[in-house]
Parts: sequence; C-alpha cells; structure tokens
Amino acid sequence: MSLLEIKNINCFYGDVQVIYDVSMHVNEGEIISMIGANGAGKSTILKCISGLIRAQSGEIYFDGAPIHHLRPEQIVDRGVVHVPEGRRLFTLMTVKENLEVGAHNPRAHPHMKEGFDAVHALLPRLKEREGQLAATLSGGEQQMVAIGRGMMARPKILMLDEPSLGLAPVLIKEIFQTIKKIADRGTTVLLVEQDVQHSLSLSSRGYVLEHGRVVQEGTGKELLDNPQIREAYLGI
Amino acid sequence: MDTILQGIVNGTLIGSIYGLAALGLTLIFGVIKVINFAHGSCLMVGMYAAYWAVKLLGIHPYLAMVIVVPALFFFGYLMQDIVIKPVLKAQSDVREPTEVIIVTTGVWYILDNVTLMIFGAEYRVIQTSISGKIFELGDLIISKPKFYGFIATIVVSLALVWFLKYTKMGKSIRAASLDREAASLMGINQYRVYNIAFGIGTAIMGVVGCALIPFYYVFPTVGVIFDVKCFIIVVLGGLGSIPGALIGGVIVGLIESMGAQFMTSTWTELIVYVVFLAVLFVKPAGLFGSKLDW
Repeated sequence: MSLLEIKNINCFYGDVQVIYDVSMHVNEGEIISMIGANGAGKSTILKCISGLIRAQSGEIYFDGAPIHHLRPEQIVDRGVVHVPEGRRLFTLMTVKENLEVGAHNPRAHPHMKEGFDAVHALLPRLKEREGQLAATLSGGEQQMVAIGRGMMARPKILMLDEPSLGLAPVLIKEIFQTIKKIADRGTTVLLVEQDVQHSLSLSSRGYVLEHGRVVQEGTGKELLDNPQIREAYLGI
Repeated sequence: MDTILQGIVNGTLIGSIYGLAALGLTLIFGVIKVINFAHGSCLMVGMYAAYWAVKLLGIHPYLAMVIVVPALFFFGYLMQDIVIKPVLKAQSDVREPTEVIIVTTGVWYILDNVTLMIFGAEYRVIQTSISGKIFELGDLIISKPKFYGFIATIVVSLALVWFLKYTKMGKSIRAASLDREAASLMGINQYRVYNIAFGIGTAIMGVVGCALIPFYYVFPTVGVIFDVKCFIIVVLGGLGSIPGALIGGVIVGLIESMGAQFMTSTWTELIVYVVFLAVLFVKPAGLFGSKLDW
C-alpha cells in the first residue's frame, strides 16, 4: 500500500477540464518529482491533494484512508502538508510567528518546541531572522521560511510546489540540499519542479505531465536519460 | 482658553468612544475583507441589549457588559456563520467579495426594522446611577460616563492587540487576514476564524452600547448615525488599522466638539467631510493604512 495514492482524478476550473484521469502513487520515504511545462496541471494536482480544490471525480487515499472529501485543515491534520507556489508567507508577521502558525494543527501544536528545534537545525538562518517581518526577507530566505513553516506542521508527506522558482542558482542548490535532508530524516517528499535536472537527480521516481495527463513515468534516472525529456525540458 | 481646553477634553472622550465603535468595523474588514454595513445596527442591538439589561435587571450599565458582550459575540458569530458565510463560500476565489456588502445591507434593514416593530420608534433614555455625573478638575468639567467610555476604549484596544499578537487564535486570525489560502494550508479553518473575528467585532459593539446608554438615546435607527461616523473614521485612519481607528475617532470627536464652539454644529459635519477628503487626497490609504497591509 502506498502512502499517497491518486486514482483517476479529473479536475475542472469552471467548465474547463485541466486534469484528465491522472493516477499516481507515492511510497513512504520516496522523493517523487512531478515535472512538466507551465499549465500542465502540476499545481492543480497538489491543490487537489491538499483540498484547496475538489476533483470532479476520482479518489485520493492517504495512509489507506480516503481524503478527497476532507477540508484542507483536516487534510493537514492527517499529515499531508502543501508548501504553495510563490511561498505565500504571512508577510506582516515575523518569521517566528509564521513558523508558529505552521504548527497550528492539533497534531503539531503540542510539539511546537521540538518543531522549532528541528527547523532551526535544518535552516539555521531562520533562527537569526526570527524577529524579522517575512516581507522584508530575501527571496531565498522567504522560501526557507515557507519550507520551515511546512515542516512545523509535522508532515508525513511534504508537497513542495516549485521551491526553486525565481531563485539564484546558488540558492537553488541550497534549497535542493535542504529537500534532500528533509527526505533523509524520514519525510516523504512530493516535488513539483521546473528545474528538471536537479529534481529528477534527487528523486527515486518521477511523473511527466502534459496538458493535464501523465504522459510518462519512471525512475529519476530513466527519465533523465530519456531523449524526449532531455530535448523537451533540458534542451539537450 | 478654558473653553478650548474643555472642547479638547470633550472631543477626545467622545471621539475615543467613536474610535471603539470603529475598531469593530476595522477588525472585521481587516480579516474578512468585507465592509459590514450592518455594523451600526449591531451597535443598535448592543444598545438595546444594554438598555434592557439595565432596565429589567436593575444593574449598573457597566456590569451589564458581563451579559451584553458575550450575547453580542454570539450574535455576530451566528450572523457571520448563517448569513454571510454562504455568500463568502460562493465567492471564495475573490479577495474582496463585494456581494457580501449587499447581504450586510440587507441585515442592516432587517435589524433596524425588526427593532422598530418590536420596540416602537420612541427614543428611550435610561436613568443610571452615573448619568449626568461629572468630575471637576479645576475649571474643567468632565462627564463621568464619557470618561469611563474612554477608559473602556483603552482597555478593549490593548486587550485586542494582546489577543491578536500573543494567542494562538489571534495569530490564526492575522494569518487568515494576510493570506486565507495559505492559512488553510496551515490547517486553519478559515470560516471558523471569520466567525470568531466577526463575533469579536460585534462584541466590541456590546462594550460601546453599554458605554453609551448612560448618556445617549436608544432608538431603532441610532446605528445609522454611528455607521456613517465609523466609515469615515475607518477610512480616515486606514482600513484594517487598529491605531487608525482610534486616532480617526479622536479626530472626528475633536472636530465635532471644537467646531461646535465656533459655529453651529451642522457646520462641523462639513468640516469632518472636508478633513476626510483632504486626508484621502494626500494619503489615499488613510493615516495609518500601509501599502503592504491587507
């Protein structure tokens, strides 16, 4: 039984269908990449999993139990945590407060102190920036807060939507190292990325999306060696 | 000189009570991004609740807060939950759902007219033990109920700031006000946060109601007077800003009481609007409105 299992979901924005019959699964301890061009439906799938939008049909199971009918806060409570695209920090709150809000759910709240220790060990910069308003941080630091805030929720699976978006190459490397560390400490990671090279080389498996459909899946290495993918996403 | 000083004192005291009334409005707007047109009517409900609590139970108007404030909290909580939430849900992808304004306007008419039907149109005054009581400070005359209203404003504002800054619920309210979708992803039930924020905004009207009845008439459309004042104050101070609401209230109170010494009080209304427009002209976000905020 997979940790997260998506079965034949279809999603619509209004009358427009954006996800066609997508199925995928994530096993415990894996890092899974979802890659594809802009508008392929990657973010929509994450939003479906985290309950922000509801699939018209299909089922999503987490830990063996259906979650597709739950509200976002109930899904967070199960341990499925979504770090949204564009960081979406609480800009006028301090870094510390952002992290505290991350531990809002009843499963994480009693362990707030351990959460802080773990996040500070993972991202020491956040300790230094503790009292600063999130809006005043640099892009890389904001992304760290977004990841830290997600970790505060004690995720069993952490879903990251384009964590490298808009960051300098040096920072992108740092973010991917952080993701590796998170996975090494036992959190399953579902990664949506445009940086195909980095994300696939980190991942055990990957899914390629095109126009709302899964067109290819395989191990990270298989996909990286695939000539079509090399041409479409790496330009080689 | 004495009359000017007296005017400043009177204006600050009554203005602070206006500010407290505006505080509820600014809190609700800041969190839910909804202008509550029924805000004055909520104050009217608070005043009637205070009136009847004092009249029927014979208790001190400030003691009546113990009953009136929780009652108004639940009134606001349920109003948001039953009336506004369905519209908000239907508009969940809009940042500032304007349809809700229409709904709150409907609530305003219904509340005012149901009150008219039940209690009649007469102006009610209640003699309380502090009505008309004063302190004398040298030549200054300070109205006791207004002074206590001023104290209530300070206490409620500090309590609200403390609540928003240091409690778990307060932080959730701030988070949801900044980014409702991200707040959902952090496990915050946004509609519950809205209910509570709306309840607090209305509960503050209970405090204002109790502070007003020792010296103010109660009648079914009393809310309209405060509605207009609150809107001016809140926009003047900056929508969603707590200090903005308080300072805006004091400014309006000062203009009213100082202006009345030099001209007929109808003219003071004009000055309020001129100052209002002048501030918006220079600082469109209001005195304390921030570009980053809300």
